[in-house]
Amino acid sequence: MAKVIGGRVLELVIVFFGVTFVIYAMVFALPGDPIRALAGERPIAESTIATLRAAYHLDDPLLVQYFRYLGGLFTGDFGTDFSGRPVGAQILRAWPVTLVLALSAWAIEIVVGLGLGLVAALKRNTWIDRTILVTTILATAIPVFVVGVSAQLLFGVRWGILPVAGDKAGWPVAFILPAAVIALYGLAVVSRLMRSSVIDNLGMDYVRTARAKGLSRRRVVGVHVLRNSAIPAVTFLATDLGYLLGGAVVVEGIFNLPGIGNLLFGAIRSHEGPTVVGISTALILVFLVTSVLVDLLHAALDPRIRHD
Amino acid sequence: MTDPLLTIDGLSIDFTVDGSTSRAVDRASLEVMPGEVVALVGESGSGKSATAMAVLGLLPRTATVAGSIRLRDLELSGLDDEQLRSVRGRRVAMVFQDPQGALNPVFSIGFQLMEAVRQQDPSLDRAGRRARAIELLGQVEIPDPESRLGYYPHQLSGGQCQRVMIAMALASEPELLIADEPTTALDVTVQAEILEVLRRLRDRLSTAILLITHDMGVVADLADRVVVMRRGEIVETNTAVELFERPQADYTRELLAAVPRIGLRPSPTALDPAAPVLEVADLVVDYRSRLRGTFRAVDHVSFTVGPHEIVALVGESGSGKTTVGRCAIGLAPISGGHVRVGGIDVVGASVAERRTMHRTVGVVFQNPAASLNPRYTVEQTVSEPLSVILGVRGRELRERVVGLLESVGLSGDWMSRYAHELSGGQRQRVSIARAVALEPKLLIADEPTSALDVSVQARVLDVFRELQSSLGFACLFISHDLAVVDSLCDRIAVMQRGRLVEYGDREDVLTRPGDDYTRRLVASVPVPDPVLQAQRRQERLAS
Repeated sequence: MAKVIGGRVLELVIVFFGVTFVIYAMVFALPGDPIRALAGERPIAESTIATLRAAYHLDDPLLVQYFRYLGGLFTGDFGTDFSGRPVGAQILRAWPVTLVLALSAWAIEIVVGLGLGLVAALKRNTWIDRTILVTTILATAIPVFVVGVSAQLLFGVRWGILPVAGDKAGWPVAFILPAAVIALYGLAVVSRLMRSSVIDNLGMDYVRTARAKGLSRRRVVGVHVLRNSAIPAVTFLATDLGYLLGGAVVVEGIFNLPGIGNLLFGAIRSHEGPTVVGISTALILVFLVTSVLVDLLHAALDPRIRHD
Repeated sequence: MTDPLLTIDGLSIDFTVDGSTSRAVDRASLEVMPGEVVALVGESGSGKSATAMAVLGLLPRTATVAGSIRLRDLELSGLDDEQLRSVRGRRVAMVFQDPQGALNPVFSIGFQLMEAVRQQDPSLDRAGRRARAIELLGQVEIPDPESRLGYYPHQLSGGQCQRVMIAMALASEPELLIADEPTTALDVTVQAEILEVLRRLRDRLSTAILLITHDMGVVADLADRVVVMRRGEIVETNTAVELFERPQADYTRELLAAVPRIGLRPSPTALDPAAPVLEVADLVVDYRSRLRGTFRAVDHVSFTVGPHEIVALVGESGSGKTTVGRCAIGLAPISGGHVRVGGIDVVGASVAERRTMHRTVGVVFQNPAASLNPRYTVEQTVSEPLSVILGVRGRELRERVVGLLESVGLSGDWMSRYAHELSGGQRQRVSIARAVALEPKLLIADEPTSALDVSVQARVLDVFRELQSSLGFACLFISHDLAVVDSLCDRIAVMQRGRLVEYGDREDVLTRPGDDYTRRLVASVPVPDPVLQAQRRQERLAS
């Protein structure tokens, strides 16, 4: 097991350097001059441009810039954007919003997704199962901005049950609608995975053994089947948390939540290279950590993996 | 006379799938007395397992049950899941065929045992349950039971898992134990041990056992009475001794005649050792894994297969016998030594040499359902090697396919069928036809009849023998079944844990084994004769 984790960490390091370099290089190659973008319509002196370029090391070769940036990262410095605001502070300000949103959406995926999957499996081929199937297919088929805007219109504007936009109302009221909209897709996947997994497991020999032991149906399903069936769904859920923490650009936009997604979108639009790279780097770290989490969760659920 | 413990009276079971109903069990009646071992015998599809499942209401939802099942005075048929729980595990316990699959893979065996213990005696505290679980493991002779509690099913062998299953079944000291093919998935020496465990439990706890099996040797070993089923109907009920000596029903006689036995065939004439078709010299196969280190699957094994000769490669699961076979067709990594097929060394063979080699070697695998392409018709399957390798086309191809199918006893009518439309025996015939299509010099047969019922096996072996004498190919016959090997092979190589422990003429190896392990292997094969089997058991236990 220690060997496995060691191997994973090594992979993480390689992935970390590879991905951050690619993103850095891509932002570096973006068309348009950031100094000109900063200046906007105003005329700007050549000498000022030169000073600014020097200050931001824009004339150094790509590799030098990259390593200087990495050096800063290891001391916790994400650099500053072209307006002089520290990127680290911006990320720290936006992240809690995204974190709350992501965890809320995740909780909905777990509870509703696993629940629907279990119910569909236990009631398979009945109208309940079919209703769940149709609903989840719809949920994956409709684009997220359609669902987002419609939900906003119905719950926010027409019925006025929930806030239309913004995070002024705080958790949970302000987050219910956006979290539910984000969760819809993952929830559909989780419930499909869970359904087929539970059906597979119900047909396993060990379920017959558990019944032959005289266990109640509640215990057979709730203990024996559930843990085995949860394994594929948990894999998806853990990976999905990584996506969710990356912020939902569209949904944060629709509901005007000042999260990572919004920040990233704004930064790309205004050619704020340092901000884009900073956010991407932070996201990669989150992703890498969740991928290790998947492995550990797997091992915790399935002893066959633990002893491999 | 005492009252029967279990009375099954006029039991019928129908399965309804997609609107069509088929009858699995037809008005079957049988009784099990307290402390008695009753064997329910039949081939696959005879309804024996369905009958056993019906007792505890474990049939799938597609089944409809009619008739009566009584446990002493309690009518079981018609009870729902909740009502049956007072019987399941408490008064009637069950042991299944595939012990590793029957245990939950994600919980430790301690957890699963203690769960069974709590089910029977909810008043016990945690320490009490643990103590009882250890005691139960001790009863089924698991070494060091205390430390085994934390093990997971995948860390135990099949035999140990089956012991755990039996321990679990005994948690409540049930009146009746239903054992559904309890030793079918196990090696023959392990089978002998498990049967011993069952016998001792019966003697000590006087638990009645309803033993479901297709193996007449197992019946002879354990059963007091035998019920023979065929196509859902009971054709004979008899005491074990009577059944083997004076079988009443024609079907029982057929069944007994089909059982292969050791030591009924005279040795063949000596063979020409020159120019072997297959030469395995000092073969070593290592499997390297990053986590487990190197595992030596085959450890310096040498033997030869001469022209027209059938050599058996015998051993238990994990002995490396299949790996040796795979080396000969280039499917396993050879770490050391040589494998020569028709004089060409598999290691370092050129592409052209490999092509020649593939032409001279045919292969038949164990599971005919999995080794036939499900989207190919029988004709496509058998014609593929002819058209791809020899370039035979058109009418000639068709005629040769018909000829091949006829040689394995299938008429040309079967050509357009798909694998799933064939029975297990027919599929294996198709596999054999495909394997001999190129008239190979060497045929490698890896457990070709292990998945088949005994009467089907007998017919497939007949086909095999006829083909071998007419085509004259040499054969490496990989098997765990000594009786089959005895009926077919000229020489026997015995493998244990990757090593070749014995290699010689069939008769010598089976009647005068030089190696301890071979002796144990031969002694463990149950013979279909209760009197002789009891005698052999005594001898085995004494030694």
